[in-house]
Amino acid sequence: MNSTLKTMLSAAAILGLFSLLGIGLVTWVHQHTEMRIAENQRQTLLHSLQNLIPAGSYDNDLLADAIQISAAELAAQPVTVYRARRLGKPVAAVFSTVAPDGYSGDIRLLVAVKADGSLAGVRVISHKETPGLGDLIDENKSLWILGFDGLSLDNPPLKQWKVKRDGGVFDQFTGATVTPRAVVRAVRSILSFFKSNQEKLFAG
Amino acid sequence: MNIEPYRKIAYDGLWKNNQALVALLGLCPLLAVSNSVINSLGLGLATTVALVLSNTIVSLIRSQVSHEVRLPVYVLVIAANVTIIDLLMNAFFHELHKILGIFIPLIVTNCAIIGRAEAFASKNTLDKALADGFFVGLGFTLALMALGALRELIGTGTLFSRADWLFGDIAKHWSIQVFDDYGGFLLAILPPGAFIGLGLLIAVKNVIDARGK
Repeated sequence: MNSTLKTMLSAAAILGLFSLLGIGLVTWVHQHTEMRIAENQRQTLLHSLQNLIPAGSYDNDLLADAIQISAAELAAQPVTVYRARRLGKPVAAVFSTVAPDGYSGDIRLLVAVKADGSLAGVRVISHKETPGLGDLIDENKSLWILGFDGLSLDNPPLKQWKVKRDGGVFDQFTGATVTPRAVVRAVRSILSFFKSNQEKLFAG
Repeated sequence: MNIEPYRKIAYDGLWKNNQALVALLGLCPLLAVSNSVINSLGLGLATTVALVLSNTIVSLIRSQVSHEVRLPVYVLVIAANVTIIDLLMNAFFHELHKILGIFIPLIVTNCAIIGRAEAFASKNTLDKALADGFFVGLGFTLALMALGALRELIGTGTLFSRADWLFGDIAKHWSIQVFDDYGGFLLAILPPGAFIGLGLLIAVKNVIDARGK
C-alpha cells in the first residue's frame, strides 16, 4: 500500500472514531438527562400557571387537563388551553397563545380567564421587543401587564378594548404603540373566544 | 515549578492577546449579549467553562490526531462539549439554565474557542492548556463585563440590575441606580451601542499600551 493512501485512511479512521465517540457521548448524556429535563420543564410551566391561578383554587392536574384548539380568530397555530377545575366544576382556563403582530416577531403569552369571564391575569412568556421601549410588557420591566387583572369584556366595554392611541383605555408606551396594541388585541380575542365557546372548552 | 510560562499565559490571555479586544474573536456573542453587566457575566462564565474543557480535551488528544483532520476533530470536540454542558445544566441546574440557556448556543459561534484549540492547546501540555483556557476565558469575561457596564450605565443609568438572576435572592438589592431620574439612552442598549462601546474600549486599551512603551 502506498503511503498517501495509508495517511488518508488513518486520517479517515481518526475522524470516524471521534465522530462515533462524540455521538455516543452526547447520546448517553441525553438518555440520562431526558427525564430530568422533562420534569424540570413541567415544573417551570406549572409554576408559571400557578402564578395566574393559585395552587389552592383548583384540584385537578392542570398539565394533564390540557387541550389543543385550532381557531383562526385566536392564532395561526394551535393554542394550548390548560383547564382548572374544582370538584369537577370549571374554575379557569389558561390559554398559551401567541400575539403574532408584535414590533419584532411573536409575543408568547399566558392568558388566564376565570369561569365568570374575567381575567385572572396575563403574562408574557417570551418576546423580542425593543429593549427599553416595547419590553415594558414584561412583568420584570414594568407593571403594565398586571393592569389586565380582573378586567373582562364588559369592563371596560368591548369598544374600548384598545390602546389609548386607537381610542381605547389601555396605556401605550412612549415610542412603542405596536407592542401593547398586539397584546391587547390578543387578550381581547381570547376573551371573546372564551365567551362564545365556554361550554365546549370545559367539556371532556 | 517554573512559574514564568504561566505568568506569560495569564498576561497574554488577560491583556496582551485579549480575545475580545485584540484578537477580535467571538464578536457575535459579545455584541449580542453585552447590554448589561449581569448578562455579560453569564455569557463570560459559560464561555470560560467551554474553553477550559475544550482546551483540556484538545491538549490530551493532540498527539493522536493527524494534521489533516485536526480542524474537523476540534469542531466535533467543541460541539459535543457544548451540547453536553447544555444538557447537564438543563437537568441539574435548571434555574441557572433558564438564564444562561440563551447564551449556550451562542458559545458554539465563538471562534475564540476553536482559535485557542488550534493556536495553543494543540501544541501544549495539559497544564498549560488548562491555564490558557482559564485566563483567556477570564480575559474575555472581563472585557465583556466592561462593555456591559458601559452600555448599561449609559443606556439605563444602572449597574448590576437583575443580579438576582445569577446569584439568587441575596442579590436582589445589588442593583445600583447610578443616575437618579435618568431617561435612558436607547442607542447604547441597541446593537450600534455595542459596536461603538467596543470601539471605545479598544481605543482605551491602545492608549494604555502606547503610554506603557
